[in-house]
Amino acid sequence: MAAPLSVEVEFGGGAELLFDGVKKHQVTLPGQEEPWDIRNLLVWIKKNLLKERPELFIQGDSVRPGILVLINDADWELLGELDYQLQDQDSVLFISTLHGG
Amino acid sequence: MASREEVLTLQAAVAQREEELNSLKQRLAAALLAEQEPEPERRVPVSPLPPKAALSRDEILRYSRQLVLPELGVRGQLRLAAASVLIVGCGGLGCPLAQYLAAAGVGRLGLVDYDVIELSNLARQVLHEEALAGQAKAFSAAASLRRLNSEVECVPYAQALSPGTALDLVRRYDVVADCSDNVPTRYLVNDACVLAGRPLVSASALRFEGQITVYHYDGGPCYRCVFPQPPPAETVTNCADGGVLGVVTGVLGCLQALEVLKIAAGLGPSYSGSLLLFDALRGHFRSIRLRGRRSDCAACGERPTVADLQDYEAFCGSSATDKCRSLRLLSPEERISVTDYKQLLDSGAPHLLLDVRPQVEVDICRLPHALHIPLKHLERKDRESLKLLREAIEEGNRGTQEGAAYVYVICKLGNDSQKAVRILQSLTAAQELGSLTVRDVVGGLMAWASKIDETFPQY
Repeated sequence: MAAPLSVEVEFGGGAELLFDGVKKHQVTLPGQEEPWDIRNLLVWIKKNLLKERPELFIQGDSVRPGILVLINDADWELLGELDYQLQDQDSVLFISTLHGG
Repeated sequence: MASREEVLTLQAAVAQREEELNSLKQRLAAALLAEQEPEPERRVPVSPLPPKAALSRDEILRYSRQLVLPELGVRGQLRLAAASVLIVGCGGLGCPLAQYLAAAGVGRLGLVDYDVIELSNLARQVLHEEALAGQAKAFSAAASLRRLNSEVECVPYAQALSPGTALDLVRRYDVVADCSDNVPTRYLVNDACVLAGRPLVSASALRFEGQITVYHYDGGPCYRCVFPQPPPAETVTNCADGGVLGVVTGVLGCLQALEVLKIAAGLGPSYSGSLLLFDALRGHFRSIRLRGRRSDCAACGERPTVADLQDYEAFCGSSATDKCRSLRLLSPEERISVTDYKQLLDSGAPHLLLDVRPQVEVDICRLPHALHIPLKHLERKDRESLKLLREAIEEGNRGTQEGAAYVYVICKLGNDSQKAVRILQSLTAAQELGSLTVRDVVGGLMAWASKIDETFPQY
């Protein structure tokens, strides 16, 4: 049984507009059987934080192309992507890439 | 104290000079226009710049403040003078970038932009000026830069970067800066840089945020390593829809100039393999560590599948501009032109006009008889808004038969209004609204401004 986790979830680059414009969310993930990884964090976010149009954030069981996921300021690809196991006090940033100029 | 007579004389002299200046500006605009139709090969000259052996007395004075920096010094300055930089996009990022590169004494600047100057560009595209509205940005930028530093060679390319020409062009320059405003161009520039072996300094900005990184430098990742798949077209917001503050593109363009200068001077960039995020509203800079080069990258991997440049508009499902898209959600019968709507309005036919733009845009301009409910409120089926809507429909259609109520939906360009029509139709089907005929106004308020009422603001 994994203990509850306190995690900072942040959105930027316009992704925050799907979350009522709120960029920073301090969240507590409840204790559960399996350890928390990014895969089930996404499910939790979709259920608890996402306010509109999930297709602009989620595609399948991952984020849609064009959103970078950063765990403690590092590209999630360096850390196992969906399988990364969250630690207490981790910070997860979802940044929508910009194209304007 | 100056006499009254002297004041009048000076005023007359100022007026005369202003007239001369206006006439000069008109001649310049005409000359720039004429310059736009030279033989194509004139625009693609560029033999490699010869290495520079020494600085002249004038150059020493001009660059003295940066020459005394030990990290740069004469050696670095000579490298800058022999360097060439291709700038893709002469807009909000490209203008400050080109300005600082020219000021710092980079030898040659290639300036790519297919677009012309519009009034709405001037708040951020600081090389262009009012008098040249309607002229090509590439030529306007080149003319501005020549006034700033006549020693720098500026080569304008007033055309879109295309898969047919990109590789040849990129090969003629040492460093490339992506200052474009759309996804297909970003993939095109990346692939051309990988194929030509050039470092790519890439920045972007929207609203109050900006991002900058350096791709394909010294074994670092390329754009495709980080973004193997393009984002769905409907998730991409352009500056016209999302808005952008000029200073934000300015900050990012300056950071880009810094990275280009460091690469060109041999100091090496700071943001290869990392991405700098700038949040202007919170005053935050945040640097994040990106993945390394992917061995399976389609462009720079071990077995690349991108062997030549392809159709990037098809790959991205969007066009290589940042112009607003036209949605086609409704059938023609479900839509009405501004001309027909004007007739209907003048005839006094009962109806409700519903404006579904966000509040911030309604504050800019509105039609006084319209009811305003933002699309977002309709999407959420906001109870207050639906109550307001029911009342307004009843009010607007008073005296008509039951079930014959008309609602016309309008927005800025006629995209959101189509979505709103679908929502109203579904609300009617679910009996949350009474029986209705719903249409949207093609082209929205911008069509109203250009075809019906010239005094109505465009934005």
